[in-house]
Formats: sequence, C-alpha cells, structure tokens
Amino acid sequence: MKNFMQGRGFNILIPLIAIFFGFAAGAVIMLFSGNNPIEGYSALIAGIIGEPYDFGETLQRMTPLIFSGLAVAFAFRTGLLNIGVEGQLIVGWFTSVYVGLAIEAPMIIHLPLAITAGAVAGALWGFVPGYLKARFQVHEVIVTIMMNYIAMHVTNSLIRTYLLDSGQRTGFINSTASLESGFLSELTQFSRLHWGFFIAAAACVLMWFILWKTKKGFELRSVGYNKNASLYAGMNVNANIILSMSVSGAFAGAGGAMVGLGTYQYANILPAFTNIGFDGIAVALLGASTSVGIFLAAFLFGGLQQGANMMQSRAGVAPELVEIIIALIIFFVASSYIIRWGLGRLTSRKGDK
Amino acid sequence: MDVILQILYIIVPASLIAATPLMLTAMGGLFSERSGVVNIGLEGLMVMGAFGGIMGTLIFEGMGFGNLSPWMGIGFAIVIGAIFSLFHAVASISFRADQIVSGVALNFLALGLTVFIVREVFDRGQTDTISARIFRTNIPVLSDIPILGPMLFSRVYLTTYIALLIVVLVWYVVFKTPFGLRLRAVGEHPMAADTMGIKVLRMRYIGVMLSGAFAGAGGAVYAVTIAGNFAAGTIVGQGFMALAALIFGKWTPFGAMGAAIFFGFAMALSTSAQQLPGFQNIPQVYFLILPYVLTIFALAGFVGKAEPPKALNQPYTKGSR
Repeated sequence: MKNFMQGRGFNILIPLIAIFFGFAAGAVIMLFSGNNPIEGYSALIAGIIGEPYDFGETLQRMTPLIFSGLAVAFAFRTGLLNIGVEGQLIVGWFTSVYVGLAIEAPMIIHLPLAITAGAVAGALWGFVPGYLKARFQVHEVIVTIMMNYIAMHVTNSLIRTYLLDSGQRTGFINSTASLESGFLSELTQFSRLHWGFFIAAAACVLMWFILWKTKKGFELRSVGYNKNASLYAGMNVNANIILSMSVSGAFAGAGGAMVGLGTYQYANILPAFTNIGFDGIAVALLGASTSVGIFLAAFLFGGLQQGANMMQSRAGVAPELVEIIIALIIFFVASSYIIRWGLGRLTSRKGDK
Repeated sequence: MDVILQILYIIVPASLIAATPLMLTAMGGLFSERSGVVNIGLEGLMVMGAFGGIMGTLIFEGMGFGNLSPWMGIGFAIVIGAIFSLFHAVASISFRADQIVSGVALNFLALGLTVFIVREVFDRGQTDTISARIFRTNIPVLSDIPILGPMLFSRVYLTTYIALLIVVLVWYVVFKTPFGLRLRAVGEHPMAADTMGIKVLRMRYIGVMLSGAFAGAGGAVYAVTIAGNFAAGTIVGQGFMALAALIFGKWTPFGAMGAAIFFGFAMALSTSAQQLPGFQNIPQVYFLILPYVLTIFALAGFVGKAEPPKALNQPYTKGSR
C-alpha cells in the first residue's frame, strides 16, 4: 500500500480526489441555492452522453481543449507557465481562417496549409515571451497575459477593417480548408463534430513522442527539472526555453485552427476571451501534464461545458455551476500538497496499527 | 489653443475616471506582491467587488438608505473581496499551491460564482440597475479655477479623489511604518524576516486579504460609478490592467498610480479619439494595445528595468534553505 501511495498510483489518486471534492462542493452549492443535486447531476450526465448529438458536441468541445491543454503542459515540462495559450489560440484561429478565405487550392494542400498557418501564428505569439524570458529574464506569465490582450485587440481590429462579412464575423472559409465532416456529423445527429477530433488525438501522441522519445524532448524536460544541471551538462538552456514556448504556442495555434476550420468555419470579433486557453491550464493541471491525462481531462471539462446546457433546461441549475466546479478542481489539484499530507497521515496511521 | 483646451477638458476627466478602479486595484496588488504572493487573481477579486458593490447597493437601497447606499455598497464589496481572497491565501500560502495557478482558479471561481448567484437571484444574466448611483459632481471653489477647474474638478467622481488620497496613504503605510517594513521584508527575504521574529505566513495572509479589500473597492467603484449594474461582462480585463499598472509602476504606489492614469488616458483615447480633432485617423487598436505593449517594454527593460520583490512566487516553508 505504501509503495502504491508513493508511486504512480498516487499521481492518479490526486486528480480523482480533486474531481470528487469539486463535484461535492458543486452539490453543496446546489443544495444551498435550492436545487436538487441528484437531479442536477443526472441532467448533467444526460447532457453529456444522453443523445448521440450531445456526445458529438462534447467531443467537438474537447478538441480545442486538448490542444490548449497540450500547449500548457508542453511549456510546463520545461518549467514555464504559458498563460498565453488564449492569445496564441486566437491568433491561430484568425490566421487559419484567413488562409482558408484568401487562398484557392485543392484540399490536400489547402487544409494542411491552413492548419500549419494557425500553428505558425501561435508559435510566433509564443516565441515573443520565450525570447524575452531567455534574453531579459522577464517572467513569462506577465508577458503572456499582455500578449493575450494584444492578440484579441489586433485580430478584432484586422477582422473589422479587412474581413468583415456580415455582422461581427468574417465570411465562411472555402470548403477546401474545412475540417467539416458530413460523416461524423450525421453519425451524431448533426452535431458540429469534425475531423479535428482525430487530429487532436494525434497531437496527444505527438507530444508524448517529442517529450519522451526524442533527444530534444529529453533536453526540454531536463531544463524543466533543473536549469543549472542542464546548463552544466552542456545544454543550451535559453534556446530550449524559446523552443518550448514556440512549440507550446504552435499547439495552441493549431487548437485555434480547429475552432476556426472545424467548429465555426469563420472567425468573429471577440467581445471577450474564448476561455479555451485558460481552460487549458485546468486541463493540463488535472491531466498531470501527460498526454493520456490531458485527453481524459479535456473530455471531462468539454463534457461539463456541454452538459451544463441540459442542466439548465432540465433541472433549472444555472450553467455557471460548471465553471465553479472547474475552478474548485483547479484549486484542489494545485493544493495537492495538502492532499498528499492528509493521505500521508492516513496511511502512516494505518501503518502504526 | 481653444481646440487643445477642449480636447483636454474631454480627455483629462475621462482618463482619471477610467484610472480610478485601476489605481485602487493596483494598490491591492501592491500589498499582496510586496508580501511575496503573486496575485493574478486581481481580475477575479474585482469581479467579486463589482458584484458586491451592486448587490450591496441594491440591498441598502431597499432598506431605505438612499444616496448613502452606493458608498455602503463599496464597503460591502471591500468585505466580500477580503473574504473571497482567502481562497487564494489559503491555497497559495498554507497549502503551498502554485500562486499563479491559484490566481487563475480565483478568476474562474469569481466569475462562475457571481454569475451563478445573479442567475439564481434575478433569473437572468444581469442584476437590476441601481438607482442611487454615485454621480459626477463639481467640487466647490476648486472647479471655479480657470483652466484647471474645468479640467480637473468639474464633473468628476468623488471616488477619484478618494483613490488619490488612498495612494498617498498606501505609500505612507508601506514605506514609513513598521508594518510596511515587515511586509516588504517578508516579500524580499522571508527567512531573514522569520529569524527577526516576524510571522511570515501571517503577514502574507494580511497582504493577500488587503489585496482582496482594495481590488473589491476597485471593482465596486467601477460598478457604482460607470457600469450601474453587474453582469458577466462588467469587468473584462481591468484587473489584469491593474496588474500591468503595478508592474509598469515598478511595484511602488506612486509609480502604479502614474501608470494607472496613463493607462486610463490610453483607454479614454481609445473610446473618444473619434471626437477629437487630429486623432480620428489613428486606428483605435493602437490605443487599445498601448498599455499592454508598454508593460512588456517595461519588463524587458526598455523603459527602465522593473524588478519584482525577490521572494515573489515562492511559498515559504519554515526552516527550508
């Protein structure tokens, strides 16, 4: 038992405990606000897996969340906290849609080009804080927060000035750049599920491969564990920091491309952040920065956000309850020290008997 | 000359009004960050403050306090902000959670919790509009001064001048009192402070709770002067801009005040540039991103190096090296 507690099992246990506490707190809030928690949660679950449509929408919602989670996790492995996933995702969304609109090409060229364009834009947006961190030792968190706002205002302005089609959005992208899938959509009662889901799953494998199976990945993780030791071992710490932020930004930008080319087929003027990028922090944290963990955490959060609608219509619970649950789960995962401490107390007491 | 004065009469009051919530919130951030706790959660604390300010005002209006109720609402928001900041304090100080992650969670929680309550209470996404607002007034005597009068003292909110006084007060407390010295010591070198008998964790709790109180006031002032009601979109980014002002002001009260006024100026320009001669041709986006770009420059050392408190973002464990 003790080995289990200290080993890998423990790392799985913490997110599970955090999720449990998050939902328990959600139930308490429902009780206090005069709702029935059992009704609320059964409506929530029905909203995730009740109908094929709901399930399709859940998978659609988790697609960009996987990317934003991977982006946060990738930087985190190098000891960097990329709060700028939101901004990188926005520029990726905009750029991929721009390429989708402006270029005429057969699908086999157009679609990869549009996705790559999104990833490159995100990478550039991640490169800036990475460079400033490496060159001037500026903390990446503040720079990325500022870059988020710059991304939102600049893309909004570009759409408003050059690409406005109807209302607050651009025109629809050419079908050759679209990730839309008639097959997947029909399978799920015409949800917005698109091919991007499989690209996201592949991206999980890609991150695992880069980090654990390549020499560069070893270097990146090594810098994350101990900068000084890595420097002493002859690694170029600064180059790795810049690379890590750029790759992280590329994941985020590709996530934006999924939203632009898959879910909406256009880009619109954003009145506020999409929150997909910020949710990525929660996804990465809950998934312990592992590919499998991120996939599962993205499913959980995507499902919660989708199921929230049903919770409102069927049980009368305000959908913001889901945001509260997500926030509390982040608190509990981040406070893993106290969970570890508590569990340690429990097991050592058992050991004494 | 008259044209320039006309521009100033529009832009200067607008800048000060936009700067007021930023100033107050940046003072909150100063207490927290000077004690060594990063506070990304200022945005969420402002959301809580705006919510508390409006709810408080509505409640006190109902009890018949009339024009006093928005002021009492601000007081209510200060209490709510301080209590809500305990989430961040407990997680990041006692449970040694990553301070940035905890701050991010605080932002989520504030928005979720407030909008959830609003929906449960009002059955829609926004609160009722308060009727007893704090309105713009002319300050007697001072508003009669030529040029300066109409620029600085006419049609202003009293809250702006209170905020300016508070900045002076914060400077005095942080740099001229034993409490301020202890607060800064805890943020620079907690172990040394601990050996001198200062209770590091307690000082940090005070720092974070003060940040909650001030950010609560900032959010409430925005709500009862400018917004008039509360919804999910009431506070969008002002908290982060206050954080930027704090950093651009190099973690000092007057620096943060100056930065806040400057950011307020940029915000005022972005909304009213269309009416101003000579500014029509500059795209709005430049004014919108100016505060953020400048903050990045400040951090990179192009506008003087901004050095954070040394123990910022490090949880303190007694006896650790």
